[in-house]
Amino acid sequence: MLEDQKKEQAAPSPEFFGSNKKVIQPVKGKKKNYFIKHWQIYSMLIPGILYFIIFKYIPLGGIVIAFQDYNVFNGVFDSPWVGFKHFKNLFEYPEFYQVLNNTILISLYQLILGFPAPIILALLLNEVRKMMFKRTIQTVLYLPHFLSWVIVGGLVISFLSPSTGLVNEVIKYFGGAPIFFVQEPEYFRGIIVSSAIWKEVGWGTIIYLAAIAGINPELYEAAEVDGAGKLRQAISITIPSILPTIMVLLLLKIGNILDLGFEQIYMLLNPLVRDTGEVFDTYIYRVGLLGGQYSYTTAIGLFKSVVGFILLVGANKLSKKITGNSVY
Amino acid sequence: MIKQSFRQRSFAKFNYVFLTILSISMLLPFFHIIAGSFSSGNAIMQGRVSLWPVEFTFDNYRAVLFDKNIWRSFGVTVYITVMGTFLNLFFTSLMAYGLSKSNLKGRKIIIIMVLFTMIFSAPLIPSYLVVKSLGMLNTLWALMIPGLISAFNLIIMISFFQNIPQDLFDCAKIDGCGEYRTLWSIVIPLSMPSLSTIGLFYAVAHWNGYFQALLFIRDQSLFPLQVKLRQLIVESDAEQMIQTAALTVQSIEGIKMASIIFATVPILVIYPFIQKHFMKGAMLGSIKG
Repeated sequence: MLEDQKKEQAAPSPEFFGSNKKVIQPVKGKKKNYFIKHWQIYSMLIPGILYFIIFKYIPLGGIVIAFQDYNVFNGVFDSPWVGFKHFKNLFEYPEFYQVLNNTILISLYQLILGFPAPIILALLLNEVRKMMFKRTIQTVLYLPHFLSWVIVGGLVISFLSPSTGLVNEVIKYFGGAPIFFVQEPEYFRGIIVSSAIWKEVGWGTIIYLAAIAGINPELYEAAEVDGAGKLRQAISITIPSILPTIMVLLLLKIGNILDLGFEQIYMLLNPLVRDTGEVFDTYIYRVGLLGGQYSYTTAIGLFKSVVGFILLVGANKLSKKITGNSVY
Repeated sequence: MIKQSFRQRSFAKFNYVFLTILSISMLLPFFHIIAGSFSSGNAIMQGRVSLWPVEFTFDNYRAVLFDKNIWRSFGVTVYITVMGTFLNLFFTSLMAYGLSKSNLKGRKIIIIMVLFTMIFSAPLIPSYLVVKSLGMLNTLWALMIPGLISAFNLIIMISFFQNIPQDLFDCAKIDGCGEYRTLWSIVIPLSMPSLSTIGLFYAVAHWNGYFQALLFIRDQSLFPLQVKLRQLIVESDAEQMIQTAALTVQSIEGIKMASIIFATVPILVIYPFIQKHFMKGAMLGSIKG
C-alpha cells in the first residue's frame, strides 16, 4: 500500500506540468469564444486568483514602504520617499547584527541537529519487525506534532521550572543548585532547538519511511547474501535510495533559514533572554508592529525574503550540479 | 551468517530499548503536568510532585472549568476551526478543480503565480496593512481569510484531481453536467479521503495557531484558546482565576497545568480518529520531491 501511494505521489502526473497531450489548439475563428465557452471553469478560478492577488501580491507591492517614511495617516501613496535610508540604518544598527546572528545560529543548530534526527529515527524505526511495537511507538512519536507551540512552550516552562520542574528535581537530587533555565540567556538556543526536535522528530520520519518503503527489497536480500550487516545496508542501500528526498527537504530548509517559527520562539522569549533569543520574526513583530516602525521593519522583511530566495535558488543550482536533485 | 546474527540481535535489542526510551521521553512531560494538575498548590511549590499527584485535588480544574473567559475562547477556537476549515476546503477545491484542467489556457501562468508565493513571501508589515485596510482587524475574519488557500495544499489537491480518470469527466459532459455539477457530484465524492486529509491539515493549523490572533485581534472577548492559554502561562492571567475560584496564590502553577491539559484534551480525544488520515497525508508531502 505504502509503495503504491508513494509511486503515485512521488511523480506528479505529466499533465500537472501542462504536457501537451490533448491540448486544444484553438482555430482562429474559435479563439474569441474560448473564454466564453469555458466561462464556468474561469469563474471557479476567480476567487482564488483574487485571494492570491489581494493577500500575496498586494503585500509584495507594499514592499515599497521600505523605501518610504511610511506613516499611517499618509498611506502608501503620500508618504515621503527616502530611498535606501532604512537599509543604511539597518546595516549600522548593532541590534540588527545581533538579531541576524541569533537567527542564523539557531537555524544552523536546527539544521545540524534537527535535520538528521528524523532520518536516523526513520532508519531505526524501519528495522523494527514487531508491527504492534512499531505502531505504538509511531503513535506516541507523532503526537507532539499536533500540539500547539503554546502547549509545548507551557510543557517546557513547567518541565524546566526551578521550583517544580522535573529536570531541576533531578539536579537537586544529585546535590546541584536548581537552574532557572528559561531565564538564562546561554540556555535559550539549546531549549529552542531541543524542543523543536522533540516536537517534530517523529512527524519528520513519515516522509522518509514512505521513501524507504519504496526501495526494492531485493537489494537488501542481495546485500545480505554478500554478508553486509545492518549498518552497511543502511549506508550503501537505504541512504543512497532516499537521497533525493533528503536533498529536496534540505534545500527547502536552507531556503527557510531566516524563517524561524515565530510561535515557538515568542512563546519562550522574555526580556532576560532577548540577547540570545531575539530572531527576525519576533523582532519585526515587536519593533515593527508593536513599536510602529513600519518602514524599517519592512526593510528587514525584504532583506529576509531576498536572502531566503537567493539561498534557495543558489542551493538548488548547486544541488542540481552535484547530485542531480532539485526542488524545481 | 551465524556470526552476524549475534550482532544483529544485539542491534535489535538496542533499537527496541532506544525507541522505548524515546517514546517515554515524549510522554514524560505530560505525566508530570497531569500529576501537577491534580495536586495541591503547596505540594507543587515544595517540589513534591513528580509523576504522581500529591494531596489529590480537583481545585485546579474547578478554577479552569468555571472560568467564563476560557470557555468563550474555546468557543472562538471551535468556530474558527470549523468555519475556517470549511472555507479553506471550499475555495481550495474550487481553484484546484479549475487548475486541474491541463489544457486550460492561462493555467500555467496562474500556477507559476501560486508557486512564486511559496518561494518569495511578502514581509509581515505590508500583509498586516492589507488586512487592516480591508477592515478585518478585530474580527474573526482576520483569522480565516488571510490564510484562505495554502499554495502547498492547492498544489497537492490539483494533482489529486488529475488522478481521476478522464473518462468520468467525458461521461459527465455527455450527460449534460456543467463544471460545477461535475465538481460537486463526481470530483468531491471521489476525493473524499484526500479532502479530509487536507482538511485535517487546515483544521490543525486553525486550532493551534496564535500568531494571526496576536496580530489582528485586540478585543479580549475574541481571543482564541491558544492566545488565552498563552496569557495564562506567560502573563499573569492565572491570578484572576485564583480570585474567582477563591484559591490561594500557591495554586498558580497547578492552575497553569490544568489549563494546559484542558487545551490538550480535545486533541488527544480526536487523535486516534485522525491518525490513519495523516499517515496518508504526510506522504502527500512527498509530492514536493
